[in-house]
Amino acid sequence: MQRTDWMARPDPESAEWLGGLAATGPQREAALTRLHEMLVRIARAECRRRGPRLRITGPELDDLAYQAAADAVMAITRKIGQFRGESRFTTWAYKFVILEVSAKIGRHFWRNPSVPLDAEDWDKLPDRFGLDPAHQAEWQDLLAALRRAVDTELSPRQRQVFVAIMVNAVPLDTLVIELGSSRGAIYKMMFDARRKLRAALAANGYIDHDTAGSA
Amino acid sequence: MNGRQNLDDFLRTDPRDVGCTEATEMLHVYAELVAAGEPAAQRYPGIAAHLHACGPCGEDFDGLLAALRDQTR
Repeated sequence: MQRTDWMARPDPESAEWLGGLAATGPQREAALTRLHEMLVRIARAECRRRGPRLRITGPELDDLAYQAAADAVMAITRKIGQFRGESRFTTWAYKFVILEVSAKIGRHFWRNPSVPLDAEDWDKLPDRFGLDPAHQAEWQDLLAALRRAVDTELSPRQRQVFVAIMVNAVPLDTLVIELGSSRGAIYKMMFDARRKLRAALAANGYIDHDTAGSA
Repeated sequence: MNGRQNLDDFLRTDPRDVGCTEATEMLHVYAELVAAGEPAAQRYPGIAAHLHACGPCGEDFDGLLAALRDQTR
């Protein structure tokens, strides 16, 4: 991967942000207030963007946006030494608040699950992939083979993650909280599970082989 | 796209996929390139592969890109 570890010369607007946040007294307070206002605006827009797919509305969604902005300001002030000037400061700052919105939505679903996190309703799986019930004869063998592979090829932890995400439609960020894990670790577990399942289905002629690698 | 194809796509893994940590670390750089119309996927194929496959990281990328585009309106 191409990346830089040097600090690029920031553009004038980014330099102004960095100067304000590195200052003391009223100048720093003003920069923090401006940063918070900007991030509240971004968080609200992000909540509105995701809103139609969530079961959160009104004041609750607004509160989530406000909290995300407050936590993003704290994270930014803590990590400002890591800003390398590879993008505008505002883009870097927006990333923090977007990630906070994601984490808070994940936490919301963990507190208010639509299905028990340990449920296992395999009848919902065809719908997850958009398999048409009218053509069940064409895919029922494939899906039965997939289920067998889930039971025989995956480790207990991989199976737990696969069932939660694919069968129960638990959001990945919610599963992160439930299992006390990280997004990267859960994604890697699913990545390895997908590779194993594909190999098993391909070995039995249900789908084509694929070139697999590592995430 | 039919359901069988969706299942096939889901099980397909890309060896260039960098994973969540690296993709998140560079998300602001990648998003700015995309917003500027630069060939971000060509420059960072591992991040492009990851954002295509990882729902949550893809959602974060979409949100960041929307924020950048709103800012320029």
